[in-house]
Amino acid sequence: MATNDPLPTGPGAMRADVADNFDDLSTRAAVLPGRRGGAIRPNNKRPFNLRRWFAATGWRHLVGIAIVIFSLFPIVFVISSSLNPNGTLTGSNALFSKIGLDSYTRILNDPKVPFLTWFGNTLIISGITAFLTVFLGALAAYSFSRMRFAGRRFGLIAIVVIQMFPQLLAVVAIFLLMSAIGDLFPAIGLNTHIGLIMVYLGGALGVNTFLMYGFFNTVPVSIDEAAKLDGAGHARIFFTIILRLVAPILSVVALLSFIASVNEFVVASVLLIDTDQQTLAVGLTKLVSNPRYADWSAFSAGAVIAALPVVALFLFLQKYIVGGLTAGSVK
Amino acid sequence: MSIKTDDDAVSGVKLTKRQRRASHIADAAAGGVKVLLLKLLLLGVVDAVAIYGVVILATAGQWLVAAIVVGVAAIVNWIYFSRRKLPAKYLAPGVIFLILFQVFVLVYTGYIAFTNYGTGHNGSKDQAVSSLMSSSLERVEDSRAYPVTVVDQAGTLGLLVTDADGEAMLGTADTPLAPVNATIEDGRAVAADGWSTLQFADVIARTDAISELSVPFSDDPNDGALRTPDGASAYLYTSSLTYDEQAGSMTNLDTGTVYQDNGTGAFTSEAGEVLMPGWQIPIGADNFVRAVTDQRLTGPLVYVTLWTFAFALISVASTFFLGLLLAMVFNDARMRGRKYYRVLMILPYAVPSFLSALIWAGMMNESFGFINQVLFGGASIPWLTDPVLAKFSVLLVNLWLGFPYMFLVCTGALQSIPDELQEAARVDGASPWSVFRLIKLPLLLVSVAPLLIASFAFNFNNFNVIYMLTDGGPRDASAPIPVGHTDILISMVYKVAFTGQTRDYGLASAYSIIIFIIVAIISVIAFRRTKSLEELS
Repeated sequence: MATNDPLPTGPGAMRADVADNFDDLSTRAAVLPGRRGGAIRPNNKRPFNLRRWFAATGWRHLVGIAIVIFSLFPIVFVISSSLNPNGTLTGSNALFSKIGLDSYTRILNDPKVPFLTWFGNTLIISGITAFLTVFLGALAAYSFSRMRFAGRRFGLIAIVVIQMFPQLLAVVAIFLLMSAIGDLFPAIGLNTHIGLIMVYLGGALGVNTFLMYGFFNTVPVSIDEAAKLDGAGHARIFFTIILRLVAPILSVVALLSFIASVNEFVVASVLLIDTDQQTLAVGLTKLVSNPRYADWSAFSAGAVIAALPVVALFLFLQKYIVGGLTAGSVK
Repeated sequence: MSIKTDDDAVSGVKLTKRQRRASHIADAAAGGVKVLLLKLLLLGVVDAVAIYGVVILATAGQWLVAAIVVGVAAIVNWIYFSRRKLPAKYLAPGVIFLILFQVFVLVYTGYIAFTNYGTGHNGSKDQAVSSLMSSSLERVEDSRAYPVTVVDQAGTLGLLVTDADGEAMLGTADTPLAPVNATIEDGRAVAADGWSTLQFADVIARTDAISELSVPFSDDPNDGALRTPDGASAYLYTSSLTYDEQAGSMTNLDTGTVYQDNGTGAFTSEAGEVLMPGWQIPIGADNFVRAVTDQRLTGPLVYVTLWTFAFALISVASTFFLGLLLAMVFNDARMRGRKYYRVLMILPYAVPSFLSALIWAGMMNESFGFINQVLFGGASIPWLTDPVLAKFSVLLVNLWLGFPYMFLVCTGALQSIPDELQEAARVDGASPWSVFRLIKLPLLLVSVAPLLIASFAFNFNNFNVIYMLTDGGPRDASAPIPVGHTDILISMVYKVAFTGQTRDYGLASAYSIIIFIIVAIISVIAFRRTKSLEELS
């Protein structure tokens, strides 16, 4: 290898001539003038040494490649089999051997599999649940954070304790309660989306409230006081000032709640009886309950369509999520 | 001058009565007419819904529930019309849902655990009696033919009967025959107020439902019921069973066997023969006793509990160590392209887990799956059907699902550790390993420990990965409940309650309570350890 290589290519390009801004990490590495950095002074640069590069960062790339393969191979597999026009499980094993969109047409048009209805149900149920969870949780977090009242500490602890009993453990009682409600009020009982959303809202005050509570505490109280001096009432302070300042945590909680309801299987499978009322988790699970006979490519196509919005949302908001997760833990 | 209202008394200063009143007036003045109108509108909606609910509940005779609805509505109105109760205004909406769908169902679970609720014991004793009687109906040999007209009211079928005196009577499957105002043509009732008469074509279309329909003759089930084979004439059917309400016994008229209600929730003959369906009764701690003493049930309960702990612990440990390792590997500014690695690496976390688990289940299929067919060159490795390998597979898939979360968390935690600490240690001559072990790891654990506990709690009840991947299988054939080798407690509860031939709600609820006690004990210990509640001032 050339000793004085002004524009590193090949493995040498991996050298951090411009440190990428990975989470605002302070860079300790020597920042060399880069391609866009104007003058290149080859004499100042240490000669490239493969062994030294490998010891410093090269092996990290090997780990990275290995873990990316581990992460991606089920995803690549499902994309490949979704593109397989007419695939069973066995037929899906030869990756990208056939390419076509037939299985997408099949899952979207199969009269026996109301995929779009499931998709719509899931988006509606999870969307409304996420919105209302954030709203109810924010109301509670605001009062816990800004007000001092009798039973406040007890309330905070009670929320934690009740949350330890996950809703799905009480699924028998929920089922019986909702079927009793359904006998009298068919519109909100068993087999209705409103009923399911109401059950999900039972968990609106919970871990989410805690994440929000921690974040609300970081907003200075002096802002409330200033607004109050200007004549704002508590409702105006909450809706027009505080909610805007805590928007990042609201989006994190909304996303976490949305994903949680998309993933929720137990309560949904017990409460939603008609095929047309079900969610993706319930419908798709039944669809491939026997993978040997299932139309595997059609399922894969459905899985890709179902995962896309969630993955897109996730990647779009990932910076906030990381912040939210760590902020919630380090109070 | 300091303006203090009770809601910004964060500093904890006690207010005088006069100050409080002043603050309420200020608050009210700040609200405005629009807010007030909106408040009135929303409360109006709440009250309207409550009144509607109370009317329906009162009609159905559910007085206790109706009273509760009235009480809750009154409290809501009081809270929002009051000038005080500020915290309650913010807490009430969430708390109402919390009480109904978390606290109440928890208490209700406790109640069900002490009953025999389940398949064959679904309803009350009256329901069981009428169900038994109607299931053993036989046509009375020489009964007269009653002219009938099939009528319908909002999907409920009824029989409009003309009795021997030419009077019109109407009844449904649930309500016995009663006199009714009807249009009579040629001595035959053909239409009744509030009911629509089924035309011939409708009768043909709903033949099955009509021939199933049996209308009780009177309140006494022993009087029999009317059934119509053709939708035009009905015949009297009486049950081969007679019910003696005083003695609480059922007698089979054909065989003469007497079935007694001996407190087991079903009619039982002296020979031990049980008439099904039975009814729901409180059975004390029987479900708990059964769960922990019946040898065929204790075995599964013990190994499922052990596996649940092993599953949760190993999942947390494996995801944490892989996540931490990766966080350290990628926490090096000299390395390029880390952003891309990171996005690709967190994809498993972004894909909804029920989908990933189903996809893995396909790939791990013994005879057709990608792993056996392609990676292992056509071997038949029973990934999901061998008790030991299935456990391994579940853990592997859960590692795949969970490591990105730990990676994100550990990256955040590592970056919050100041570099100066590391540099100081370096200067003092510490090796990278001891820097990590003695400085970074302890600091990291402080911030990550609550998340590890939360992760343990999550995996303790991680239903999806178990159910979608192995369905708890391979099934344990020796157990009387549908339990398998990879079932965790939560999936066992689900299967006992909702799958299989018999649904045992009582036993499932008893398991729920047992799990709750286990989780509560762990949580108490965990909170003692982390003292995370100490910071709630």
